Amino acid sequence: MTTNIGIKSKAASVEFKQVTKIYGGEVKAVDEVSLHVDAGELVTLLGPSGCGKTTTLRMIAGLEMVSSGSIFIGEQDVTLLPATDRDVSMVFQSYALFPHMNVFENVSYGLRVSKLNKKDILEKTNTGLELVGLAGYGDRLPSELSGGQQQRVAVARALVLEPQVLLFDEPLSNLDAKLRRQVREEIRELQTELGLTVVYVTHDQEEALAVSDRIIVMRNAGIAQSGSPRELYEQPADSFVADFIGEANIMDVQISSVDDHAGLAEVSLGNLSLRLASRGMSAGPAKLAVRPNRIHLLAHSDVPSLAGVVKKSTYVGNHMEYVVATDHGEWFSISDNVDEVFRAGAQVQVVFSERGPVLLPD
Amino acid sequence: MAGVDWHLMNRTIGLWLLVGLLGFCVLPWYVLDDGLWSFEWLTDGYPFDTDYAPALFLLLQGEKLWLSPVPVLLSLPLLGIVLSKLIPTRGRLLGQMLCLAGVLGLAYMLAQGFAIGIRGWNSELLTQAFGELGDRQFGFGYGAMLVCVSFLFFLTTGIAARGAVNGDVFIVGAIGFVIALVGMFILFPVLNMLASAVQDGDGNYSLGVFFSKLFSSKIWGLHCLTENRSCGVAWNSLVLALCVGALTTLLGLVFALVATRSGMRQAHLLRPLTVLPIITPPFVIGLAIILLFGLSGAVTTFVADLLGINPTRWVYGLPGILIAQLLSFTPIAFLVLIGVVEGVAPSMEEASQTLRATRWQTFRTVSLPLMRPGIANAFLLGFIESMADFGNPLVLGGNYDVLSTEIFFAIVGAQNDQGQAAVLAIVLLIFTLSAFYAQRRWLGKKSYTTQTGKGDSGIPAILPRRVLIPSYILVGIWSTFTIVVYGMIFYGGFVEIWGLDHSITLKHYITAFGVTMTDNGLHFRGSAWDSFWTTLRIAATAAPLTAAVGLVTAYLLVRQDFAAKNAFEFGTMLSFAIPGTVIGVAYIMAFNVPPIELTGTGVILVLSFIFRNMPVGIRAGVASMSQLDKSLDEASLTLGANTWRTFREIILPLMKPAILAALVFSFVRAMTAISAVIFLVSAEHNMATSYIIGRVENNDYGIAIAYSTTLIVVMLVVVLLMQLLVGKSKVGRRVAQKVPPTV
Ligand SMILES: Nc1ncnc2c1ncn2[C@@H]1O[C@H](COP(=O)(O)OP(=O)(O)O)[C@@H](O)[C@H]1O
Ligand SMILES: [Mg+2]
Repeated sequence: MTTNIGIKSKAASVEFKQVTKIYGGEVKAVDEVSLHVDAGELVTLLGPSGCGKTTTLRMIAGLEMVSSGSIFIGEQDVTLLPATDRDVSMVFQSYALFPHMNVFENVSYGLRVSKLNKKDILEKTNTGLELVGLAGYGDRLPSELSGGQQQRVAVARALVLEPQVLLFDEPLSNLDAKLRRQVREEIRELQTELGLTVVYVTHDQEEALAVSDRIIVMRNAGIAQSGSPRELYEQPADSFVADFIGEANIMDVQISSVDDHAGLAEVSLGNLSLRLASRGMSAGPAKLAVRPNRIHLLAHSDVPSLAGVVKKSTYVGNHMEYVVATDHGEWFSISDNVDEVFRAGAQVQVVFSERGPVLLPD
Repeated sequence: MAGVDWHLMNRTIGLWLLVGLLGFCVLPWYVLDDGLWSFEWLTDGYPFDTDYAPALFLLLQGEKLWLSPVPVLLSLPLLGIVLSKLIPTRGRLLGQMLCLAGVLGLAYMLAQGFAIGIRGWNSELLTQAFGELGDRQFGFGYGAMLVCVSFLFFLTTGIAARGAVNGDVFIVGAIGFVIALVGMFILFPVLNMLASAVQDGDGNYSLGVFFSKLFSSKIWGLHCLTENRSCGVAWNSLVLALCVGALTTLLGLVFALVATRSGMRQAHLLRPLTVLPIITPPFVIGLAIILLFGLSGAVTTFVADLLGINPTRWVYGLPGILIAQLLSFTPIAFLVLIGVVEGVAPSMEEASQTLRATRWQTFRTVSLPLMRPGIANAFLLGFIESMADFGNPLVLGGNYDVLSTEIFFAIVGAQNDQGQAAVLAIVLLIFTLSAFYAQRRWLGKKSYTTQTGKGDSGIPAILPRRVLIPSYILVGIWSTFTIVVYGMIFYGGFVEIWGLDHSITLKHYITAFGVTMTDNGLHFRGSAWDSFWTTLRIAATAAPLTAAVGLVTAYLLVRQDFAAKNAFEFGTMLSFAIPGTVIGVAYIMAFNVPPIELTGTGVILVLSFIFRNMPVGIRAGVASMSQLDKSLDEASLTLGANTWRTFREIILPLMKPAILAALVFSFVRAMTAISAVIFLVSAEHNMATSYIIGRVENNDYGIAIAYSTTLIVVMLVVVLLMQLLVGKSKVGRRVAQKVPPTV
């Protein structure tokens, strides 16, 4: 795409300082949340339904006012600014296209409101429509567009204002699966190209992993963990995060000793003895999380391993899925090797990748 | 302070300061004898003549010195702006100064207005305290009104500056404005009148008299159950109103369904047919019913001849009133319900059908429940209309007394007992408020939003057969009946003397609307022209104001959250529950003396229409606004539009059908209303309906009917024009295609 497009970015950072939102004096939708989003970064708020994602997003937009705490956009304290006066645009879950305006009028609405001159409005609107691939659709009414097209209009409408922060609330939830992948890639592309600050709400972990620079996992009105997709996937802070992001085998284990100096913990599992990053834990009960693709099944093993029996063996095209019963629980494992497979009932040895198992607090 | 836009704030203050100064320095302070629209004063001694002088000139001439605090209070905000430029914590200070100016200003204006009247001090106490005043004053005129308005908006702007509703000047101003209007034109007159309920004949306060009146057997008696006497008026009204509410809702729903989802091509013909009764003065239908079913009515005599029995007076009483009110009020229910029926997103029904529901199941479990708000509204409207109607009970009631007619007779009748009228009004109020409460309970907290921002591309479902066929039958009967009734009305205007001499003549029309050419152009010689022009002018003034006040209120109720919203809602709801008769009486009692002198003006008529009909605007607005997805407003806000802009560009256009309904309805009601009007008209401002009633009382049926027919035609034209003007809202929806019949 050319560099002299009419739409630039005024991306700014977002900062929450101990923000709490209480609805109707009772429901704590967001509880003492502090978070930071860098300028030009795409951050996803991920979590199960009702954990406070939408509320957080709406507080950035100024559609809800905080009950306590403060919000900064860039250098400015916007805590008390209403939506109108914040330089933030939002793409709504329902798109919220104005049904009485055509596509052009919808997209140019924000520009008209900010009293730009006619020429700029025309230029920016057309650029916006081009950016989302809808040049030439200006005269249509929203009801004359498909779901995907409506969604793009909503994106264009938010983009043309060159907001400091762009917000998405589950933007893909009304689209079909194939379109979902395509649109999320388009959003990501636009974001990187224009250097936008984006806060993106979703409850779909795959979507979150695919689009984000950083993911903030929310649980019960608070933040469970925040980090890059890789950090979250490989170093989940607790079993909630481990389970919510991708699948994980989670087993009860005992930490027998901790070497504080090296930051390593000694964990034994049957005749397996593992030395893992202690992550600040001390001796005692703990949990062990292992991703299915970090568990390997072997017919014979020279290194220490867990003996088990394959209970279930499923061919799913590009990989195999196994469930293996051992004396230390059932393990779910994925293997890329679809040529040599273990059948149900086969005796196997279970071994873990070196950086596979992660200790979690009990 | 919270989210305050200081630039906007200063501009707002400046604007109201200007308005205040205009009121204080330029416009005549006191009310003018010749009415609001005469400008004789400009050439007649202005600005020095004390009758016409602005307050500034009065004070400079050493007159009405009690007004001298007013300019001081007016300049407070200016001081606030200047000071706040100097001091860093400007928000607090400016907000406080504004609130102070507003509160003190309003309080002082009202206090001096109520304390000093046309005979000096208004109360003995004040005379004793301050001695004889030796001066007097008339009611508020242009100047005083504008100053009050500017104080009001100082107050609301101040409240916004202190952070209320997130510092939104527009919203706080709108809330304050509606509260002030409701307080002044509903609460004040009604309380003023209710106070007379607890007074005995000599003006002493007495609860005993009040309770003995309230629980008298004339109101609550149940004689009709045991013996052949009529029950108390309260029961009569209640039975009638329940029947009318239920039946008009049912009929209205049937019409709305047939008009939108029968797939019948001719269905659009229904609309004019249902609009006809709305544009008909209520008692005209009563008259037509008598012409048909009265003792010597066409149908009665025909049936009596056929069966060889004596004609009876069966129609006088409950049956007659019921029929007449059904004809009159079904269209109101239709107008309310058609909006709702059209608002039910077709995709919901399609969703249901794809879930294997049959058409009937879909209708029963999806469409109908989604129409609940509309159904509840329609019932409530029918109920209250019936309670308030007094044209039809007057003409057709016989021995079936109802509350509204009793109130009327308590005032204009030989008794002239305002206390009794007030007591009856309280009973009426209890009924209507209970109905309102019940409606609330029934609707509960469910969301009925179906129009989302996604643009619905579904196709309205065709009705199931078992609904469609009875609907056709009902519509058929009703339509035929309506056509016959209107035939009678039309025909009656061209008949020499109804019942005696049925030869065709134009003389009624000529007497009423004769026009001759003279050297000076057209001369409107007919006796009806005066009242006709007055009516047209007043209705045209009232309609847009009513719609505006109603829709703004609806917007505040549905879309904004603020402290004491429930109390606010109750206040606006109150006018909904007060029948015209009561408003009429309350207005002449409240606005006969300063500070607000309006009796005998056109303004009092306009005001009575606004506050009589405002609830319809509110209802229509609330019903259609709660079907607009809130994220549409929010999208607009995040795109940088403020609340005013959002209201203007998003809400208003999407509400076109509701606006049209409100405009049409308030215009037509202003043209056809009688209950409040009959108390408020004057020789100078006579209205069509009171003129017609006068003709009826003189047994001049010919002219009465001719005039009514003319009114109907005129309103039809106006309604059509308005429809063109407002335009059809262009919310895209795919049009239902005719489904080929399956073999
Ligand atoms: N307007 C509201 N009034 C009361 N409670 C609300 C409101 N909006 C959200 N909540 C509550 O706040 C919590 C968080 O909601 P939300 O932020 O919408 O969750 P999410 O988007 O993560 O699914 C939920 O328990 C929800 O019931
Ligand atoms: Mg959500």
